[in-house]
Amino acid sequence: MAKDVDRRIVADMKAAGIGFVTSVPCKQLAGVIEVLDETPEIMHVPCNREDEGMGLCAGAYMGGRMPCIVMQNTALGVVVNALATLIQFYQIPLPMLISYRGEVGEKVACQVEMALHTKPILNQLHIPTYHFHRPGDEAELPGILNHAWVSSKPVAILTDASFWSAAK
Amino acid sequence: MNRYELLKSIVPVLGDTLVVCNIGAPSQELFQLADRPGNFYMLGTMGLASSIGLGLALAQPRPVLAIDGDGSVLTNLGTLATIANNPARNFVLLIVDNGSYGSTGDQPTYAGKRTSLAEVARACGCADVVECSAEATAGEVEAALAREGTSVIVAKCEAGNVDVPVITMNPVVIRQRFMDEVRRA
Repeated sequence: MAKDVDRRIVADMKAAGIGFVTSVPCKQLAGVIEVLDETPEIMHVPCNREDEGMGLCAGAYMGGRMPCIVMQNTALGVVVNALATLIQFYQIPLPMLISYRGEVGEKVACQVEMALHTKPILNQLHIPTYHFHRPGDEAELPGILNHAWVSSKPVAILTDASFWSAAK
Repeated sequence: MNRYELLKSIVPVLGDTLVVCNIGAPSQELFQLADRPGNFYMLGTMGLASSIGLGLALAQPRPVLAIDGDGSVLTNLGTLATIANNPARNFVLLIVDNGSYGSTGDQPTYAGKRTSLAEVARACGCADVVECSAEATAGEVEAALAREGTSVIVAKCEAGNVDVPVITMNPVVIRQRFMDEVRRA
């Protein structure tokens, strides 16, 4: 069941001109995905793997729709090549709304393993990275989305368990 | 007929079609044969030509042809399910199936053995799938581009590359030139 925070996030996407979203689901992002499917202004095309999703986003961008990918941090290992050789090489703006699994509050031990590598991978790729940890941090989202367009870069928005459990 | 000859045969039927071309030899050969602003050349990222093509087709109305290879589609098989479940009105996926990884020394792919990509596409739910000879490909592409919908063409051809140079055009120039062409409408 979507919460207000999910609706605010999707409203900010819409206001920023995002017209195309692809996603691989995560429990923490279920509300956002639910609201996306109720938002006719945003075309939502679920993908099977996140590198495939980045291809879809690159195509949508070149077709005139601002893209966004919704994904879990565990997929960062899957998308390194797509980020470097497609999104960054061709200078395509791409906000990545990422559930930051494996942080404090995580119930599944295995998720901690990729959480340890999440920020180092993003840092190694020189991807501007923002971390929503406390309720209210999502107020930064419009500025971050604009930053992706201004810089023509991928930007990562990590959203952790503390954020999602406390956000209303 | 190898891929170079197949590509040469489809150039006359492209018209204003937006083309997304696979990494390596296919892009280099197309660049040599018929460079045009409506060609988007992949310089890296094996496997994503069909995904870029689908995203482009869904986002704007002009016809889109993604030229992919059997080896590349095998790295991204999920794309066929995404294509089937999000049918575009203006998308043709041409899989040049020479049964080999052409850009890396013609190592065999499974598509040249027991795996039928046309059957995989049908099983994924793609409604309009045809497998054809290299010689019949230009006609199939022309017909698919002329009708509304999404088509998958698996074109069986001989392995082998011709000696063409790598593309040295700047990637941002390729992308911007292509986007200017998309917007030209």
